[in-house]
Amino acid sequence: MIQFLAYIGATALGVAAALGRLVLFGIASLTAIVRPPFYLREAGLGLLNVGYLTLPVVGLTALFTGAALALQIYAGGARFNAEAVVPQIVAIGMVRELGPVLVGLMIAARVTSSIAAELATMKVTEQIDALVTLSTDPLRYLVAPRVLAGLISGPVLVAVADALGVFGGFLVGTQALDFNPTTYLRNTVDFLTLPDVTSSLIKGVAFGGIATLMGCYYGLNAGRGAQGVGAATKSSVVAAAVLILAANFALTAVFFTA
Amino acid sequence: MIDLRGVHKSFGSNQVLRGVDLTVAKGQSMVIIGGSGTGKSVLLKCVLGLVTPDAGQILVDGTDVTTSDRDAFLARFGMLFQGAALFDSLPVWQNVAFRLLRGTLKRPKAEAREIALQKLQRVGLGPDVADRLPAELSGGMQKRVGLARAIATDPEIIFFDEPTTGLDPIMAGVINDLIREIVVDMGATTMTITHDMTSVQSIADHVAMLHDGVIRWTGPKDEVFDSTEPYVTQFVNGLPDGPIATLR
Repeated sequence: MIQFLAYIGATALGVAAALGRLVLFGIASLTAIVRPPFYLREAGLGLLNVGYLTLPVVGLTALFTGAALALQIYAGGARFNAEAVVPQIVAIGMVRELGPVLVGLMIAARVTSSIAAELATMKVTEQIDALVTLSTDPLRYLVAPRVLAGLISGPVLVAVADALGVFGGFLVGTQALDFNPTTYLRNTVDFLTLPDVTSSLIKGVAFGGIATLMGCYYGLNAGRGAQGVGAATKSSVVAAAVLILAANFALTAVFFTA
Repeated sequence: MIDLRGVHKSFGSNQVLRGVDLTVAKGQSMVIIGGSGTGKSVLLKCVLGLVTPDAGQILVDGTDVTTSDRDAFLARFGMLFQGAALFDSLPVWQNVAFRLLRGTLKRPKAEAREIALQKLQRVGLGPDVADRLPAELSGGMQKRVGLARAIATDPEIIFFDEPTTGLDPIMAGVINDLIREIVVDMGATTMTITHDMTSVQSIADHVAMLHDGVIRWTGPKDEVFDSTEPYVTQFVNGLPDGPIATLR
């Protein structure tokens, strides 16, 4: 019994310590973004990787999800003669929830994993130590530009995903479900409110930040060898995905129930 | 110049350094020998502040490394890492000129490139490699680039971590000769860790043997091969029997 309690206590302490390290790392990273020296080349490369190169996967994901959502709502709505709500539900579903969440998960899959693998490999091959001996702070040179890129790219990608998701629904609605294009667009625009859009973009900032932070954290804390790189990559994606979904719930509660 | 006093370091239950005492005089080439996993790399990393010792003191020119200005302190050092540790994403010349392109030692880009080309030439590499990526170079060339990066700012102190590991004997000899030439030319104080006795012969002024977390023996290079200290004798002659436990 005592051993069992000791196990629970040790696990709780371990989780608390890990959370503490993560929070301290997050604070240090965000502080590093606003404190010189600034590495503009690295920030530019980060924006290219996190933002521009993630656009295709985000765009395709949102387009197909919006299209599928329109079909589902039409089929479901038909059960109680509510087929006409397709434009409104697609718009609110994509903008409030699916757009930000899909972008967060896509960044986690494409960017978090690559950041974690890159930094973990740098650690294993002593490149991080080399940076320090060359008087360069890895937090400012490697972490800050990537997290900054996540914070900037997140809302931009969400805006693109929202638009393409709605467009996917519009395509299906007008081409397969016989909606009038003008009416579909008017219903979409009239139904969306400013808080729907702003909450979506704020979620994008949060999810972009979480995804890049997790990649950096697990990359810099990787274990030894190929196994260490693999474990860091896997853990970073899992942690990013779980934190993004948890943050989505918290932000939704704040925006729409407060 | 470099003074280590009672340096201890453990990782969990693994006591790596158990009270290392070592002095390296200014301009001296000190080579630390010892088997794999005896803490040689950890010792160098303790001096550089990459690893924090659990106990003991490390002084450079009489100043405790933990109290000195970090940037000014590191600006005095150059280091060649075991696997060269070149930055994959940067071309060779930017690796060499890394310190000259940012921070307190920043120079104009053209000047930094010119210095990088000079240092590459110093280690026997032509300007044709300057714009290549590290992954396009052989192991020996990567070591040379790492060496060029270590000397790019003409540091007072240079550390070499296993400079010949993974190289064929001829390339190892070339790297050893380069290190010796550069050290003599620059008058730098150096610490080299190795288990390659050919490197000891080529590079060292003084030798120290690290085993079981303590310095077992230290003395001039000429004496290491004639030493009667059992640990040194076994290591230098590669004997399976002796005080150093071996796995078969």
